Amino acid sequence: MIKITNHQLFRLTAAHFAEIIREPSVIFWGVVFPILMAWGLGIAFTQKAGIQAKIAIFKDVYHQNTSENTKAINFLTANSVKKDSTYSVLLKNDKLGDVKLNFIETSASNAYTLLKKGSVSLIIEDKKDGVNYHFDPASTEAKAAYNLATNLFLKGPLFYSSNESEIIPLTLQGTRYVDFLIPGLLAMGIMMACCWGISYTIIDRRSKKLLRRMVATPMKKSNLLFALITARFTMNLVEALLLFVFAWIYFGVKIQGNWLALIVLFIAGNIAFSGISILLSSRTSNTEVGNGIINAVVTPMMVVSGVFFSYHNFPDWTVNLIKYLPLTMIADGFRTIFNEGAGFMDVWQAALVLTLVGTVSFLIGLKIFKWY
Amino acid sequence: MTNLEYIVEVRKVKKSFKDVKAVNGVDLQIRPGEFLALLGPNGAGKTTLVEMIEGIQHPDEGEILIDGKKWKSHQQELHHMIGLSLQETRFMDKLTAYETLRLFASFYKLDSSRVNEVFKLIGLGEKKKAFVNNLSGGQRQRLALGVALLNKPKILLLDEPTTGLDPNARREIWNILLDLKKEHNTSLILTSHYMEEAEYLCDRIVIMDQGNILAEGTLEEILTITGGHRSLDDLFISLTGRHLYD
Ligand SMILES: Nc1ncnc2c1ncn2[C@@H]1O[C@H](COP(=O)(O)OP(=O)(O)O)[C@@H](O)[C@H]1O
Ligand SMILES: [Mg+2]
Repeated sequence: MIKITNHQLFRLTAAHFAEIIREPSVIFWGVVFPILMAWGLGIAFTQKAGIQAKIAIFKDVYHQNTSENTKAINFLTANSVKKDSTYSVLLKNDKLGDVKLNFIETSASNAYTLLKKGSVSLIIEDKKDGVNYHFDPASTEAKAAYNLATNLFLKGPLFYSSNESEIIPLTLQGTRYVDFLIPGLLAMGIMMACCWGISYTIIDRRSKKLLRRMVATPMKKSNLLFALITARFTMNLVEALLLFVFAWIYFGVKIQGNWLALIVLFIAGNIAFSGISILLSSRTSNTEVGNGIINAVVTPMMVVSGVFFSYHNFPDWTVNLIKYLPLTMIADGFRTIFNEGAGFMDVWQAALVLTLVGTVSFLIGLKIFKWY
Repeated sequence: MTNLEYIVEVRKVKKSFKDVKAVNGVDLQIRPGEFLALLGPNGAGKTTLVEMIEGIQHPDEGEILIDGKKWKSHQQELHHMIGLSLQETRFMDKLTAYETLRLFASFYKLDSSRVNEVFKLIGLGEKKKAFVNNLSGGQRQRLALGVALLNKPKILLLDEPTTGLDPNARREIWNILLDLKKEHNTSLILTSHYMEEAEYLCDRIVIMDQGNILAEGTLEEILTITGGHRSLDDLFISLTGRHLYD
């Protein structure tokens, strides 16, 4: 019997793991970056009490260089707090949360610049006895600002404060944007880590002739791939745990469903992308070609698989395709477990399909694998 | 153990890449314990020939016998018998020299005691804990040589082990190889385009160009048979009209 620490599988796994954790950029992209992304996006898109809406306002051509007051400016002078050229109106509502409207008085051309930069979503052209609203009707944010502004001018700031009894604010777990985002980021982490961590490593080794050197020994080829996958999986587990712990502590994200089902799906996801990674890296020894191949697979899935935003915004016929992309299956499965309390029975089919995808890709990859 | 006259036999071996005849019908025999230099300019076919002997590439025609055995039928056995360093292999940057040797040792089911022996052999003891990417060119070549020596190979194949090294680093490698020659019955095939290297280390020299062997024998034999040239470089110019290296 040979001592475990002398065994080639142990040595290969240890070597790959050492290589991963000794590379600062791997730690950054694998651990720090997902947490930063969760933090940034989680804060930016999770609605909190006290929203602000910014609106640009300019006087029409007949009044632009005069001190003569126009309709909206007149209203704002009487009903708001003015600081520099910004009029602020606070709309109060216990159930809906307070909204602060900031009207920025500026020139017509600057108003459009502000709109293009995204710092305002609505522009008001102020006239003698009325106003025109300029905004993109496709933007929900602009429409909301438009509704608030028209009501404000018509009924005064108190319109918003009526405490309507039919409104029941949701306090359910799992309905915020971060609750949607974190399972998506966990799924994306698996894909990125496997495709870059496994595929790129293999291609790089091939280009440095290290694969060729290794198979000129009695090393078992399958051990090399198995070790690479094992080391990567271990790291993926650590990365996922760190991201989850952050989301749990900072945002209070919770796993409402069965965590064993979550682990099964996590493993299946890793099998899927490990297999795909072996397939992607099976032939080329050119790291730039490799870059292209990996990006061609990873980028579309990152965009359409609903990591950041629901893919139900895409046309119906594409949704049926998107649903079966590996990344979508993982992200959707994670979400039902996190937010809808799903258990093993809800995700076993996805787990099975992912395992099959991984196994088949692995076998094809191995069949056409170029060792030198 | 076998009592074959030749440890390596290359018979009428050819290998082409598209329209390039990299190795064009080569015959070669090496005796146990013999040090052989394959000398030739870039593109001569040295690497292709050596990699076919190593079992990494496969001949289009002809056959290669190592200790009387073919790669096809005795792969596992032959892997244990040879040690090699490829032209320009890069090991894993983020492993230490020690971890690199430990890794390769595990492929031969060898443990740390053999790794420590090899460190003494290659004189890299104080660099055990250094990361591979912090080693100098000469130290990396010695590490590659160490990897090749792990399994105490009967046949050592080194593809340009000293190319790009300064004279000191080159001499360190030569000394390791000379010690090996004194103490073990290792056969060596070494490719090079440095004549001094061939003169200093090897019993026999084979000169290759464009996939063919132009001359072979001991240094004196080659110089006299081909008409009294003063040096290998002179000889090479008269054979091909070019210098051995540019
Ligand atoms: N994989 C390959 N594909 C195409 N051509 C190759 C390949 N390997 C070697 N060659 C060509 O074969 C010839 C011999 O190459 P090589 O054996 O590397 O020579 P050397 O090692 O003596 O410099 C060269 O012309 C080289 O371009
Ligand atoms: Mg060469």
